[in-house]
Formats: sequence, structure tokens, C-alpha cells
Amino acid sequence: MAGGGDELKLLGMWASPFALRAKLALSFKGLSYDYVEEDFKNKSELLLSSNPVHKKVPVLIHNGKPVCESQVIVQYIDEAFPDAGVPLLPSDPYDRAVARFWAAYIDDKLLKSWLQASMCKTEQEKAAAMKETFAAVGNLEAAFKECSKGKPFFGGDAVGYVDVTLGAMIGFVRVGEALHGMRLFDASRSPLLDAWLDRFAALDAAKAVLPDTGRLAEYAQMKQAEWAAAATN
Amino acid sequence: MAEEKELVLLDFWVSPFGQRCRIAMAEKGLEFEYREEDLGNKSDLLLRSNPVHRKIPVLLHAGRPVSESLVILQYLDDAFPGTPHLLPPANSGDADAAYARATARFWADYVDKKLYDCGSRLWRLKGEPQAAAGREMAEILRTLEAELGDREFFGGGGGGRLGFVDVALVPFTAWFYSYERCGGFSVEEVAPRLAAWARRCGRIDSVAKHLPSPEKVYDFVGVLKKKYGVE
Repeated sequence: MAGGGDELKLLGMWASPFALRAKLALSFKGLSYDYVEEDFKNKSELLLSSNPVHKKVPVLIHNGKPVCESQVIVQYIDEAFPDAGVPLLPSDPYDRAVARFWAAYIDDKLLKSWLQASMCKTEQEKAAAMKETFAAVGNLEAAFKECSKGKPFFGGDAVGYVDVTLGAMIGFVRVGEALHGMRLFDASRSPLLDAWLDRFAALDAAKAVLPDTGRLAEYAQMKQAEWAAAATN
Repeated sequence: MAEEKELVLLDFWVSPFGQRCRIAMAEKGLEFEYREEDLGNKSDLLLRSNPVHRKIPVLLHAGRPVSESLVILQYLDDAFPGTPHLLPPANSGDADAAYARATARFWADYVDKKLYDCGSRLWRLKGEPQAAAGREMAEILRTLEAELGDREFFGGGGGGRLGFVDVALVPFTAWFYSYERCGGFSVEEVAPRLAAWARRCGRIDSVAKHLPSPEKVYDFVGVLKKKYGVE
């Protein structure tokens, strides 16, 4: 249980979807922690020594011991604090495998192709990457149907591992809508995910940590300009 | 157990990801049916079982498919709790066990993210890009060796030997010879303790039985190079 002797510190960056994922897990588990905002252009000694291999956020430091990689962090939080909140992973072995499969898919396919699309230089490349992204959305829509079994979340009645994993993308999904009028999960293409997003984002535990869309949109525009400038050099 | 006989692995002989699953089941003493897939002509069963990726390995347990090798390894731990575990069991609230699991997952993820990708570039590229990949691979092996430290195995395994990271990494030892030839370095020189670990693992039955010889892998790399027009 957190409190008493437990010291939790999260090294993150406000716009990072991966850091958001860790924050969501901590929030849904009702765990308190110290938050350290990292400047990517000037990474702290603590970050560099805690994650020497990747030098990236998020890093969760529990009683001085660092845990790295957002999905590893979420599973750690679930396992080290079993009495906090609800279990994020289901108890049935097969259901656990299904949840892990889709969590891996979200990062390996959906997020990867979407990030690629946002960094593409030509319209043609961007269209190809978006096509892949929408194919991944389609698969995830089917996954939601399979996992939720008619209930509100991937985890069923309560938020689970896949919900938290996908929840990390909410900020940028909303930015896409704000900047380009295009919602990654929309009512015609992926109605279940569209409804899920609003439902998830309305939860108190999510609202407490989701970044401000306006601020994130400015950040996204700034990054795009940076990438475009780098591409023409 | 009747349940065991219903384990089927859809696989491809040289796949390190498939070998992870074979070795894990062997370590756990689980009988399974091995089915070789022709990747140029994938079976209906494979395509139905893994429609999203259409890749091997796929483990079928009583007909239900599990895909992605690291997901399969964790599934085997969860579904067969009476067998030697790969990850330290998550005893309720034991933070040390949770930390050991997190560390193991981190390093297995590292193998997937770094080693496999760099290895592919090693045989696909030529000239300076290939040399650069060689240097990168040497660095990756040094990093893994640093994590191994003075230990015999990466640990956490219930049998006192192969744990999650050992099983995730050991299939790639069959590719070390190919990496050396393509990358112009020697694993023994760059990471002698890792090389010793590889030899140590090679003496374990489950590993010896399920890994191809380095020469066979190198022949396969030659086939790949021809196929992709890399000479």
C-alpha cells in the first residue's frame, strides 16, 4: 500500500503520451507520488542515471528503485500495489494474454504508424501511413468488442490494462480533431472507440491527469514545424 | 494432463521468436505439437488464429490462439502454474518480486526493440551502413553483458536456470556467428561473459534440442540475402 514507507516518484514530460500512461495508472490506483517534469533538451542527472539504457521518460522510482518503459511501469504498479484500486490485468490467464496482446499492438502498430504519419514529409507518404493507422484503428475497434463484451471498457465494468494503455493517446487524438478536424476514432469508422474515448476521458481519475488540449495542440504544431525545418535542411 | 496434449505451436524452424516458445515449453515439461508453417503459403489455421499479424509463432491451447512470443511466455507461466516459472511469481504485494518481474520485462523488451532490429540490418545492408550496424550490435551485446554481470543466468527462473530474459535472448545466440560474419566483430572479444553465457545455455537440454546450429542459420541468412538481392 502506498503511504507509510512507500516513496513514489515519476519522471515525466507533460506532453509525452508514455508518461501520461504511467500517470493514468497511478491515478486509477489512487497512488500519490512526486512528479518531476523533465526538459528533454537538458535531462536531469536522476533521469540519466535511472534510465541509462534509453534515457527516456517515463521512469517510476519506487523506494529508490527505477522502473522504465511505460507498459512495464503500468504492470509494475498493478503488481506492487495489489490492494490499490482495482486490478488492471484480469485474473484469467487467457484474458491476460489477450490484454497483453492488444497493449503491445497499440504501441507497435497504432501509435507507431500514427507518429510516422505526423512526421511524414510528403502528402503521399502521410496518406500511406494514415491508411496503416486507420487499419490499426479497425483492428482495435474489433478488439474492443471482443474484450468489453458489451461493457463500457476494455477491462469490462472497470478500467483495465488496455484502457490505460490506449488512454495515453487521448491527448493527441483530441489535438488531431482540434488542428485538422479529423478524429482518429470517429463515429462512422470506429463508433465503439469513439464512445469509449469520451467515456474514459470523463472519469475523474482520467480528468485529473489528461493534458490540456489547447496547450497540447500548440506543442504539436511546434514539433511539426521543427520536423519540417529539419527535413528541409 | 489432458490439457497439455492440446498445445499446438505454429512456427517456422529458424524463427528465434518461435524457439522462445519451444524452449519455454520444454523447460516447463509441457508436451506440444510442433507445426512447421510455409511462410510463403501460410495455412488457413495460422491466418485464422492470428488474423491481425499473420505471423508465427502462434500457440494454440485447447484451440484458443495466443500470439506474440513474449505474451506466449507469460501465458505459459499463468496457465501452467505448477511448472517451473520463467518470471518470478507475483506474490500478492511482494514488491521485490514485482520489481524482478519489471526488470525481466524491461530486458526482454530491450532484446525485441534493439537486438532483432539491428540484426536484420546487419545482413540487409552493405558497406559503411553495415559496419555501423556492426558497431551498434557490439554495443547492444556489451549492454546485455553488463546486465548479466557475474551471474550465470539473467535469472528469475523457477528451475534455477533459464528465466524470462534467458529464454527471450538465447535463440539469438544461434545468430551470433552470422552477426560476426556480417558485422566484422567477435562476440568473444566484445562480450566474453555473454559468450560464456551462450555456451552455458547451449549445454541445457531444452536449448540444445530447439536451436539450430549457427552454420545452418548462416546458410539461411545467405538465402535471405539472395532473396532480397543483397550480395
